Amino acid sequence: MIPSREEWIAALVERHGEERQNAFLNATVAICGLGGLGSNIATALTRAGVGKLILIDFDKVDITNLNRQQYKMSQLGRPKTECCLENLRDISPYTEIEIHTVKLTEENIPELLGEADIICEAFDKADQKAMLVNTVLETFPDKYMLSGTGMAGFGSANTIQSRKVFGKFYLCGDEKSDVNDGIGLVASRVMVCAAHEAHMVLRLLSGETEV
Amino acid sequence: MVKVNGESYDFAGFTVLEMLEKLGFSAERIAVEINLEIVPKTSYSATTLKDEDTVEVVSFVGGG
Repeated sequence: MIPSREEWIAALVERHGEERQNAFLNATVAICGLGGLGSNIATALTRAGVGKLILIDFDKVDITNLNRQQYKMSQLGRPKTECCLENLRDISPYTEIEIHTVKLTEENIPELLGEADIICEAFDKADQKAMLVNTVLETFPDKYMLSGTGMAGFGSANTIQSRKVFGKFYLCGDEKSDVNDGIGLVASRVMVCAAHEAHMVLRLLSGETEV
Repeated sequence: MVKVNGESYDFAGFTVLEMLEKLGFSAERIAVEINLEIVPKTSYSATTLKDEDTVEVVSFVGGG
């Protein structure tokens, strides 16, 4: 038996307060990349009752993703966008979710991200992270931009932090641990970084601009 | 002097691109802000640093 939308909202208001929950419900957040960062950010924001999510990823679920990404063995080989949507639907059928199974480029960013209040960078590759952040900061100076950089390996979870770089641009991560140094990615540390991004989204929606 | 990521350098008159080369940054993996404003990637060779400028170069690393 699935609860009604009203019952779901009442339970959220009980936990988060009415004013804050209304801000969450009225927000649109874009998540760019649905890997270890993005699939975990999407899960947290759906649970918190963010009204609309725009999910973008071009890739398919691979067996090497299962160590840290919110997918199941039964979903291998299918687009991450579709699988993420399916999993989020099970958490909350009342969240509006738009999916785009495409690679984000300088050309399509203005169209695909125009509606978002807050944009989360959740890519894997450093040059793609830089491309997205630069394009958003140049195209949409009024939007909040959050990026995750530095979460590879088994180093301390406490070195992962949120930092306001300038204006509406925030960075989450240790800003050092590079997956290209052969240190791999593990669920717990990637989830810490994803949680920093998701938590900063919820703080911004609550009117808190400091980390 | 120009402050880059908290350190002072004698970079006044250099372009952003020259500064990045001097400091060994890979232009494909960074974002640059000067005095709290983003520098468009297409302007790295046309933007000249001035005395007293405060620059931050954000470097991205892989993983996600």
